[in-house]
Amino acid sequence: MNATEPLWEVFLREKQGAPHEHAGSVHAADAEQALQNARDVYARRGRVLSIWVVQTSEIAATSPSDDGPFFEPGNEKAYRHPQFYSVPRGIKGV
Amino acid sequence: MAVDEKAKLAAFEERIANGEKIEPKDWMPERYRKQLIRMISQHAHSELVGMLPEGNWITRAPSLRRKLTLLAKVQDEAGHGLYLYCAAETLGIDRDEMTEQLLSGKAKYSSIFNYPTLTWADIGTIGWLVDGAAIVNQTMLAKCSYGPYARANLRICKEENFHKRQGYEIISIMANGTDAQRRMVQDAVDRWWWPSLMMFGPPDTNSPNTEELMRWKVKLKSNDDLRQRFVNLTVPQARAVNVTLPDPDLKYNEETRNWEFGEIDWDEFYAVIKGHGPMNRERLEARRSAEERGQWVREAARAYAAKKQAKEVA
Ligand SMILES: [Fe+2]
Ligand SMILES: [Fe+2]
Repeated sequence: MNATEPLWEVFLREKQGAPHEHAGSVHAADAEQALQNARDVYARRGRVLSIWVVQTSEIAATSPSDDGPFFEPGNEKAYRHPQFYSVPRGIKGV
Repeated sequence: MAVDEKAKLAAFEERIANGEKIEPKDWMPERYRKQLIRMISQHAHSELVGMLPEGNWITRAPSLRRKLTLLAKVQDEAGHGLYLYCAAETLGIDRDEMTEQLLSGKAKYSSIFNYPTLTWADIGTIGWLVDGAAIVNQTMLAKCSYGPYARANLRICKEENFHKRQGYEIISIMANGTDAQRRMVQDAVDRWWWPSLMMFGPPDTNSPNTEELMRWKVKLKSNDDLRQRFVNLTVPQARAVNVTLPDPDLKYNEETRNWEFGEIDWDEFYAVIKGHGPMNRERLEARRSAEERGQWVREAARAYAAKKQAKEVA
């Protein structure tokens, strides 16, 4: 059996104005072929406006064990949310 | 089991009980990983092998419309296989290993595809019954606890309705056609009905994995429950086109609101699984030859990519 072609992650934009979203992955020898394979596998029904492919090995990601410490700075700052602040009763539009 | 492992398992099972999805990098018991790899790769192999009985009729479709439909459907099944292989790969097995397991006969695929497609009515019947049964199963799997498998099934489900509808359209037209066409439909349904019921797997009393798979929400319903759901959906569809399902024991139970059905021939099921179905040998042979004949294309693509990269570097 032959060595598998590298794996590429596929992102699709399905609506005008919407972000690209992860759809799945394909194997391909290069980026051009990865785009063609992604089209054949993930865009058989029209509606897809744009495809991104990126080699899986190029993606840097957090790991589930980062859950606590890594995201802590964002979780702890209640003062980044409007509910943290009180304004006089009856005031509208604030 | 080490204390640490025990705590991890308890946390894992609590997440599942809370309805959380498990993602590729999350901790999971080895058993969960193994069971999923087995299930997802079997499912993927079934999609690929499932192209063969239908592909057999592409050149003989009775009209251009039917040919376009069948081509699109078979292409969708290839797509389904690929969604599923990529879901399995997130669990740490690679594509070649799965292909090898299929070709060596180590991995299984759905027993239904080991039956031959003898007439055009078989193509309608497959869409109606076989895709119909697959939809019942895949709708459940779209809610399973493993994120990538759930998402692959969701994608698949969006495409399956067309598969079932085109099949039922063929059946309803032929069932309203000439006597010969009606006979052809009835003959196809007579052959495919029982194997379709077998697609849901062995009865709950003989399905040792079910308890564990349901606890981990890999499956949300048992084989027998899914089978019953399929029968309940299908009986009215058969009646609507005056097709008889080949089961003299089929009767409606007012109390349970289920269509009760006769005894399934499980000996046949196990024989086909073990490789003694009418088409097992042909199906694997076709997969092997496709793999071999596609070899030069993959080699050429790799050589081309390497050459292009060398040029960029230079
Ligand atoms: Fe499918
Ligand atoms: Fe299908």
